[in-house]
Amino acid sequence: MVSEFKDKYQLVIIGAGPAGLGAALAAEERGVKDILLLERDYFLGGILPQCIHNGFGLDYFGEELTGPEYAHRFIDRIPESTVQVMDETMVLDITPDKEITALNRHQGVQKIEAKAVLLAMGCRERTREAIKIPGDRTAGVLTAGTAQRYINIEGYLPGRKVIVLGSGDIGLIMARRMTLEGAEVDSVLEIMPYSSGLVRNKVQCLDDFDIPLKLNHTLTRIEGDKRVERVVVSRVNDDLEPVPGSEQTVECDTVLLAVGLIPENELTKQMGIELDPVTGGAVVNEQRETEINGVFACGNVLQVHDLVDYVTEESEIAARAVSEYLSRRRKKRRKKIKLTAGEQITYVVPHRIDYVYQDKDKKTLKLFLRSSVPVEEAELKVVDGRGQELISSRKKIVTPGEMETIILPLQFLDEDTEELTVSVTKASQGAD
Amino acid sequence: MKADIVIIGGGVTGTAVARKLTEYELDIILVEKEADLASGTSKANSGIVHAGYNADPETMKGQLNIQANPLFDKLCSDLNVPFQRTGSLVVGFNQQDLETIKQKKENGDKIGIPGLEIIGRRRLQKIEPHINDRARWALYAPSAGIVSPHELTIALGENAAQNGLQVMLENKVEDIETEKGALKAVVTNRERIECDVVINAAGVYADSIARMAGDEMVIRPRKGEYFIFDREYGDLINHVLFPTPTETSKGILVTATAHGNLLVGPNAYPAGKEDLATTSGGLVEIMKGAVKLIPDLPRGGVISSFAGLRAAAPSEDFIISPSPSVWGFIHAAGIQSPGLTAAPATAERVEQLVKGYYPSERLVKKDDFQETLPEKPHLYDYDEGDLEDWNEYIDRREDYGEVVCRCEHVTRGEIIDALHSPVPAQTLDAIKRRARAGMGRCQGGFCGPRVVEIIAEELGISPREVTKKGPGSEILQEKTKDLRLKKKTADKENRDNQRQEGKYKDPAQDAAKNAEQDAEQATEQAAEQDTEPKTEKQLQQVKIESGGADGE
Repeated sequence: MVSEFKDKYQLVIIGAGPAGLGAALAAEERGVKDILLLERDYFLGGILPQCIHNGFGLDYFGEELTGPEYAHRFIDRIPESTVQVMDETMVLDITPDKEITALNRHQGVQKIEAKAVLLAMGCRERTREAIKIPGDRTAGVLTAGTAQRYINIEGYLPGRKVIVLGSGDIGLIMARRMTLEGAEVDSVLEIMPYSSGLVRNKVQCLDDFDIPLKLNHTLTRIEGDKRVERVVVSRVNDDLEPVPGSEQTVECDTVLLAVGLIPENELTKQMGIELDPVTGGAVVNEQRETEINGVFACGNVLQVHDLVDYVTEESEIAARAVSEYLSRRRKKRRKKIKLTAGEQITYVVPHRIDYVYQDKDKKTLKLFLRSSVPVEEAELKVVDGRGQELISSRKKIVTPGEMETIILPLQFLDEDTEELTVSVTKASQGAD
Repeated sequence: MKADIVIIGGGVTGTAVARKLTEYELDIILVEKEADLASGTSKANSGIVHAGYNADPETMKGQLNIQANPLFDKLCSDLNVPFQRTGSLVVGFNQQDLETIKQKKENGDKIGIPGLEIIGRRRLQKIEPHINDRARWALYAPSAGIVSPHELTIALGENAAQNGLQVMLENKVEDIETEKGALKAVVTNRERIECDVVINAAGVYADSIARMAGDEMVIRPRKGEYFIFDREYGDLINHVLFPTPTETSKGILVTATAHGNLLVGPNAYPAGKEDLATTSGGLVEIMKGAVKLIPDLPRGGVISSFAGLRAAAPSEDFIISPSPSVWGFIHAAGIQSPGLTAAPATAERVEQLVKGYYPSERLVKKDDFQETLPEKPHLYDYDEGDLEDWNEYIDRREDYGEVVCRCEHVTRGEIIDALHSPVPAQTLDAIKRRARAGMGRCQGGFCGPRVVEIIAEELGISPREVTKKGPGSEILQEKTKDLRLKKKTADKENRDNQRQEGKYKDPAQDAAKNAEQDAEQATEQAAEQDTEPKTEKQLQQVKIESGGADGE
């Protein structure tokens, strides 16, 4: 195996999680010949192997899979493909000229040249410090994902009496997981007035196990000598500030933090690529191409997705783009279109549209977005620079916790379109 | 057991003294109550080597500061400790500040601090482009610097260990035995050590130790809180930045750390000896203070916050003196700021006091004293330009090619080095201090489990025995299932596994066998199986448990 590696590739993909795996296989299908997949861990699949719960694949495969099963749908195809995998390899640097410096036990520090680079490094969890919980610095404070790895991969239970901060999907899943392993979960705290996780996870992970979800509550202090002994929980007001006098002490030995994910864009930044401060990912065009020609990004390194199915979808968009880039089949628009997050929208991906599409099989463009607040009876709208509404759609409810999509027919974009603004508002009564 | 000298306390003072005294043919033991060196004040401070313009030459701390500052270049180069003479700036905003700055310069010039200058707004903005626009003057002191305080402490201790020092961790001193005013022995929770001389470098507990010897001493700890920012922002400033102190406040400083992070803090409040908790008010206070100097401080860029204690005596000066009541007992106490800077000079002062207890022929210098600590390779010291040079280490040992901590780029080889260093790391925190694994932006989220595994493998213990910072801070509570049973696993663990497997198959039987530890859980499960499930919750649980782990 070792000697097969070369120092030049058509496409080098950084990260063999669902995004990198999906893109590698999709790119090969589209005729990209020479693909190297670099992975820092000793297994493929990214975070999926430790996500042993089910609920994956409903969207993409039309059946319910566990995380490892979902990952293996891709991993199992790798040996039969021409994709080369170099695992336990850490990428230390990428230059804007797409020269990659990587390190592993067998090849040492090595330089690899690529025609195209696809960034698929995924994301990491926010820590205690990101939300500045004061108190003692004891053992027993860990992120939900780390706890998940200890339990599902290493086979150890990191705590017996647990409080979970954050009701995103990871927090919900881990509240259930800890319970199933015999730990007692006191409650799940959520600073916002709503859970940011999927509704089905809230029902299946908390309600079914009688685990209380305390909305508008947060952790204001962690206490203990060597290990967590107790925490202080406070209610928050509308400005999310703790309300004095609302403090309650909860005895516990473990704090699980599920307080959000941050795209791992250290390499992206080293390359000098511009990031979107809202998504934490690169600014990209509809091809998922960054500012640097031939450098693409997809998956959670670009925007944190709710479902791995959407990551796979995005990896295919990027793979298609890579093949078009490598075969020089792309035609630039005369004017770039800038996409803007309008009313009650936090972000839209892509950030701009750069190319013209004449293929028969590419008639629409999917926009991915999140609302900034929950909106019932919502109307999602795309308006161009002249104020003309291009498309609108209705949804019973949109929430910040669930990514929304709008399918934009490309025929609606004319040569002169320079700007599109996406917004979500409450639909006017009876205008259905 | 017996020794010539016992040093109490593994902070920067204790280890600096230890290194100095191991120059002699003496048997020396250092006892430390925590699981690693640098576990108290020495791990949680500003990491600044002060120029000394603040020093009052009438005070012990002032004298030692002035004496010690020039020693750092050689010391840190001998010990391979990151140190940079960045220079410092005391920043002034108004006329009153200017007066204070002038006084400081006058004082500094008088006591011979090199290169002091008062600079104006234009130059200030040129050398510190992110400084607050309203800053008008600054006192520039080129001889100030930054050092990694815990690395310095550990390196001093390890170099001393290389020269024969015996370090006894997790040894808490409980008694000082004396006889007719002469020292007899130091008694810890584990050992009794007969000795001629004791050095009390016990930091915030120096007063308790003094009292064991019959001396009066009061140490009133002052707590200071800090924020650390991602290395990404280390370039924001070029010098150590102090605000001009006022009557009521010393103000919050902003500095780079020796590893290129940005550090802000501290405040100062009286605190208990074990109070290392950060407070919400304190964290707001230091951020507010820091923004006065650097308004565009990236608030989202904080990767860690912590608090440290300063062991202040009521005299506000160091107490480096022989005990009035016990022959052979020396205090190196009340070591507050600038204790880190002063440490090498403090060690020389203590050396002089030790000489008073031995006839000169007894104090023979070793002819094989090793002044330098062998260099340990660190991948983070290499950048794009010279990364390929790292291959030299991988050729020696492949472990240097496996990155474990992705944020700080720490390899397995470096972690193994830390586990086998002269004062071996035993805990996650100790690894973090020696190799930086877990020191970065994810704070050990990704590498924690792998470091636990490496510690367990290398030390031949169960992962459940691996701690964050000594007994009581175990990372893992119990085994879930037998997923990764390894050849190396101890017998004890095997038994536990079998017990647990048995329990899952037959809860009732297990409840009888394994009463003490799992009694509660087992009874619950047995109860659920014996009777019809009553609530919906129980129904769910039974359903899920019978589905097995894969079907969760």
